Amino acid sequence: MARFTDANLATALEIVSRYPIAKSATIPLLHLAQEQDGYVTDDAMEHIAELVGTTPAQVLGTCSFYEMFKREPVGRYAINICTNIACQIMGGEELLHHAEEKLGIRSGSTTPDGLFTVEDVECIAACTEAPCLQVNYRYRHRITHEEFDQLVDDLAAGRLDDEVPPHGTLARVRQHIPADRAAGVADPTVNVEPVWLAIAAAEEGGDGK
Amino acid sequence: MTVTDAPKIVTSRWDLDDGHTIERYLETGGYEGLRAALAKAPADVTEEVKSASLLGRGGAGFPAGVKWGFCPPGVFPRYLVVNGDESEPGTYKDRILMERDPHQLIEGILIACYAVGCSQAFLYVRGEMALAQERIAQALNDAYAAGYVGKNICGTDFSLDIVLHWGAGAYIVGEETALIESLEGNRGMPRLKPPFFPAAKGLYMQPTIVNNVETLSNLPWILTNGGAAFAALGAENSKGTRIFAVSGHVKNPGVYEVEFGVTTFRDLIYAPVYGGGIRGGHELKAFIPGGASAPWLYPEHLDTPLEAATVGKLGTMLGSGAVVVFDETTDMVKAALRLVRFFARESCGKCTPCREGTSWLEMILERILDGHGRPEDLNLLMDVADNISVGLAWPPTQTTICPLGQSATSPIASAVMRFRDEFEAYLGGPAEMTVEVKGAAFVGKPTPTVQDLSLETTADV
Ligand SMILES: Cc1cc2nc3c(=O)[nH]c(=O)nc-3n(C[C@H](O)[C@H](O)[C@H](O)COP(=O)(O)O)c2cc1C
Ligand code: SF4
Repeated sequence: MARFTDANLATALEIVSRYPIAKSATIPLLHLAQEQDGYVTDDAMEHIAELVGTTPAQVLGTCSFYEMFKREPVGRYAINICTNIACQIMGGEELLHHAEEKLGIRSGSTTPDGLFTVEDVECIAACTEAPCLQVNYRYRHRITHEEFDQLVDDLAAGRLDDEVPPHGTLARVRQHIPADRAAGVADPTVNVEPVWLAIAAAEEGGDGK
Repeated sequence: MTVTDAPKIVTSRWDLDDGHTIERYLETGGYEGLRAALAKAPADVTEEVKSASLLGRGGAGFPAGVKWGFCPPGVFPRYLVVNGDESEPGTYKDRILMERDPHQLIEGILIACYAVGCSQAFLYVRGEMALAQERIAQALNDAYAAGYVGKNICGTDFSLDIVLHWGAGAYIVGEETALIESLEGNRGMPRLKPPFFPAAKGLYMQPTIVNNVETLSNLPWILTNGGAAFAALGAENSKGTRIFAVSGHVKNPGVYEVEFGVTTFRDLIYAPVYGGGIRGGHELKAFIPGGASAPWLYPEHLDTPLEAATVGKLGTMLGSGAVVVFDETTDMVKAALRLVRFFARESCGKCTPCREGTSWLEMILERILDGHGRPEDLNLLMDVADNISVGLAWPPTQTTICPLGQSATSPIASAVMRFRDEFEAYLGGPAEMTVEVKGAAFVGKPTPTVQDLSLETTADV
């Protein structure tokens, strides 16, 4: 399995339809592929290339630039520990070392049971809540070593399944633009002034005379 | 100490559990700024924003109303791209604005697009911010259903689709031209300016306004209360209020909206309602005033107001409103390494000085910290930095396509020039240095204060 399922294909087409140029949907579709399979497969990149009208090499080029896209399987739970400046001075590096000990793996690798991947990451915008981490992009603020152990145990036991979906799933709420409310995409090749500007300009002209 | 009673302009709903819902938003004055805007001509809305002197909150501090005027006349469609990629180390405000008050941002987007004449808006949220993406998706769905977004907004001729877009982990994508490349489905590598100033040649080579999340979140208040009410707050060029994240070794790390231009670093770090002072038994050593890219400041600068031009005179910047506080326990060599490693990892690789320079800086610092440093390493660090940003001046000189490269020289020049003894301790003895620096924040100990600098200026005249 790796090309989009029928349900995901429908979602993919809806996403593509929002952009004036289909290729803009590349990153959202890579996320959709990662949500489906837990990582981005070669077949998915080929399917995306077909959907956005580009080549698989172009899709791979984009995919490989971004930290969040994994091209091999990772753990069900990706634990990202911030070690950037605000976390570093508040114990982020110690937290990372503790995580490595607790899980028995080095940063950047996955536990043999396929449950956890741990990585040290750059600033995740929670600087006043240091040290902090994310599990599958869900935050944990001001976390102690004991709380880390508890978190790992809870995740392994499935106690946080409601809050933390498996790796690959980001937002669980999607945007939908209802057809009867849509303003429509703005085609970059058609030079027309937006109607509200044109009307305002006409009124301005009228008033002036 | 001054803690002014300025109103909360952008954080007024942060304490509400349901501030992100459309119901609560409408109960608390939501979409009134949009209605006020729609009652005016688009050009008058721009004038209102100009009169507020709203400076961009993304880092560069460019006046929003002025930027909107840069779109070439007669060229359509125009696009708005919202920069929600917040990733400058120390910066923590846009994420909260998106999570706790997504409708305020949506309303700001609508006001900007109406004024500028943008036919479609793209809200680019950082990939790692799952909750922000969920909250914005829900808010957009609700706002479409309620008639605030989409076709014929509030029954007028104004129509706009706002598309939620999300990234996938790359700091450089926060740079506006890289943001556009990424939004076009490419690797997030910056474009050369000129010719690719977004307002002229942006998304799909069309005129494009890129604004930060906090910048746009100010617009509903400005349109509801008037640009003059906004400009009545603050001082000199820095009007209104502004959000600062105070992190590191303070008693109350937190995100605070304060009056811009008049509140000082001392207020922000020491006032009981803000940072509350340095954590028990410790003292202030240094602080980063505006994110990882900003040269550092020291205890003698505490009384400087949070005013863009004044802080600029000191040879640094307020950047993205990120104040990171270090107490005397901080190893400044380690801090410099962590900051440089960030830039080395995040360099997109397009320009040689940035790609090679940042990794060499990282490797030399690692060698010093491992105890294998050579006496000439101090000068070597500064020489590499001087090659990335010639003269180590402020504002920095640029040898690269975007400012990321030169940003990496700020922590190096700050740490080496002010804490040379800490480097020498690792090197095991005194080290010679011949590289000259121009930036006021880099000249050593004590680093000049605003008072010193204005004295110098008067003496020159
Ligand atoms: C390396 C780099 C990273 C940047 N990151 C961000 C960012 O994360 N968010 C942001 O709003 N602006 C960021 N900027 C600034 C943007 O290029 C741009 O100036 C800003 O989004 C314009 O919005 P404003 O005028 O409303 O501030 C960055 C700039 C550079 C050079
Ligand atoms: S300065 Fe660095 S990040 Fe910016 S374009 Fe050049 S290589 Fe890329």
